Amino acid sequence: MKFRANLYIGGACFATAVIVGVLAPLIATHDPVFDANLMNAEIPPGWEYPFGTDAQGRDIYSRVVHGARISLTVGLVAQCINSIIGVSLGLTAGYWGGWWDDLVSGLTNLMLAIPSLIFALAIMAILGPGLVSLLIALGLTSWSYSCRLARAQVLSLKSQGYIQAAKILGYSDLRIMFTQLLPNILGPLIVIATLGAGGSILAEAALSFLGLGIRPPYPSWGSMLSDAREQITTAPWLSIFPGLAIFITVLGLNLLGDGLRDILDPQSRERTS
Amino acid sequence: MSTPLLEVENLSIALSQGGKSYKAVEDVSFAIAPGETLGLVGESGCGKSITALAVMGLLRHPLGLGGGRITLDGSDIHNLPPAKLRQLRGKRIAMIFQEPMTALNPLSTVGRQIAEMFVLHAGANWSEATDRAVDALRQVHVPSPERRVKDFPHQLSGGMRQRVMIAIALACSPDLLIADEPTTALDVTVQAEIVDLMQELCAAKGTAILMISHDLGLVANMCRRVAVMYAGRIVEQQAAAEIFERPQHPYTRGLIASLPRLGARVVHGRQRLQEISGVVPAITAFPAGCRFRPRCQRATDICQSNDPSPTPLPENGLVRCHHHG
Repeated sequence: MKFRANLYIGGACFATAVIVGVLAPLIATHDPVFDANLMNAEIPPGWEYPFGTDAQGRDIYSRVVHGARISLTVGLVAQCINSIIGVSLGLTAGYWGGWWDDLVSGLTNLMLAIPSLIFALAIMAILGPGLVSLLIALGLTSWSYSCRLARAQVLSLKSQGYIQAAKILGYSDLRIMFTQLLPNILGPLIVIATLGAGGSILAEAALSFLGLGIRPPYPSWGSMLSDAREQITTAPWLSIFPGLAIFITVLGLNLLGDGLRDILDPQSRERTS
Repeated sequence: MSTPLLEVENLSIALSQGGKSYKAVEDVSFAIAPGETLGLVGESGCGKSITALAVMGLLRHPLGLGGGRITLDGSDIHNLPPAKLRQLRGKRIAMIFQEPMTALNPLSTVGRQIAEMFVLHAGANWSEATDRAVDALRQVHVPSPERRVKDFPHQLSGGMRQRVMIAIALACSPDLLIADEPTTALDVTVQAEIVDLMQELCAAKGTAILMISHDLGLVANMCRRVAVMYAGRIVEQQAAAEIFERPQHPYTRGLIASLPRLGARVVHGRQRLQEISGVVPAITAFPAGCRFRPRCQRATDICQSNDPSPTPLPENGLVRCHHHG
C-alpha cells in the first residue's frame, strides 16, 4: 500500500487544529480575554510570550489556541449545513428534473448572483450578532456551489447503465439517490466541502471584522487577523500567528479532502496499492 | 398456446417533440407464454428497446404510452400504482443490457450488488443475502465465487460482468427476463457462453425470455418464435423455424438474404453480400401507406395508398404486407 502523503499530512494538520481547540483551556498559558495589560502591549515573540502580545497586552498564543474553538466550529458546522442543503437540493433536482429542477436551479442562480457576504450580512442583521446566528448566516449562504456540483454530477450519471439498471431492478427513487448516486458523486463534493470549510473560516473573519460575527474581546482567528491589519508593519506577529493557524487548518482540510477522495474511489485505491 | 404470461395488445408509444406527437411504436401485439422465448428483431431505432421499456413501465417524457394494453398475468402494468410496479421490476420482470461495462455500480462490490436484490425483493438480511450472492455467482459459473463477491466491477472482464448482470437479473427467479442485446458488446466466443448460460438458467427457473436483438443468427438459435419489427411495427411474426425457411415479408427476406453464408462462395462463386437499399425512415417522417414501401422491390400503387393490415398466418403468426409470401 502506497504511503498516502496527502491523507496523512492533511489529517495531521487538521487533527492538530482540532486537538488544540479541544484542549485549549489546558494548553493556554494566559487567559485569552481578561489578561489584558497595557504595560505588556506589543511585546515581540519571546520566552514569556511565545507568539508575542497584542496592543492590549494579551498573549497571542493563548488567543490563537482559544480562537481554534470558534474558527473550527464556524468552519465545520457552517460547511456541514451548506453541504447538506446543497447536496440534497442538487441530488433531487438532478434526478427528478422537471419543475423541481427549474425551481432549484433558479434559486441557485439567485444565490450565486447575490454576493454571499452581503446575504450573510442581511441575515446577521436580522438575527443579531452571536455564534449561532453566525452559523446560520454562513450555513445558508454558500450552498449553491455544492448544489450545482451535485446536480451536474447527477445529470451526467443519470444516464449511466447502472442507474438505469437500478430503476429496472425495482429500486425506489430514494434508494437510487442514496445508495447509487450519492456514493458516486461524493469525491468532488468532499473536495468542495473542504474548500468551503476554509472559505467559511475566512468569511467568519470578514463578518467579525464588520462587527457582526464574534464580538471582541473574544478571539477568533479571523477577528484577530482583522484587528492586526493596522499593525502589520510595526508588529507583524499579530497577524502572522493567526494567519499561520488558518493556513495550516485550511491546507490540512484540503489535503484531507484530496486523500479521502482517493480512498473513496476503488479504482484509484487499486492503482496505489 | 397456454395462458400467456405477458400479453402486449395494440401497443402504441408516443414521442412528443416540439409540441407534436409522433408514434414511435404503433399497433404492436405479441404474447409470451411462461418459459417461452420470443425474439424481437429489427434495425437500430425500429422501436425494440422502447417496447421493452414500456413492458417495464418505464416510459418517461418525451416517450409516453399512446394506447394499447400490456398485461402481466392478467393485470395491466400501466394501471398499477408506482410502488406495486417497483415491486414487479426486478422481482417478476428483470432485464439485462447491452453494455455490461456501465451497467454495474463502480463503487460497490459485485457481491453487494447481487445481495441487494435479495434484500430489496426477498426481505433477506444482509448476511443471508451475501451468502445467497455467492450461490448466485456460482450458478452463473463464475470461478471461485467466494473471492469474486468482494471484487469491484472494474476488476472483472466484460464476459464476467455480463455473468454478474445475469446473476443480478435472475436473483429473484423472475417470470420474465428481457434481454436487450445482451451479447452485442462481447467477444464472439464469450457470446456463445453467455447465451448458453442464459438459456440454461432460464430453463431451470422457468423464466420466459424476451430476446431483443439485431442478430438473426442468435435469435434463430435461441427463440421458438420471432417477431420482426420495422419502423415501429411488427411486420412479421412466426415460429423461428418457419421464418427462416419461408420468410413472408419482403423485409424479413431481405434481412435473411443479407446474412453471409458459410460455404456460399464455393457453391455460387464470389458474390456481393445482399443488402436492403435505402435507410430506415425517421420517426417524424414515416411514409404514407406501407412504411417499408420506399425500400421494397415489390412495391406497387396499393402500397402507397393503403396501409397493409396484418394478415394472419398459421400458428398465431402474422405478416403485414400486400404482397407477402
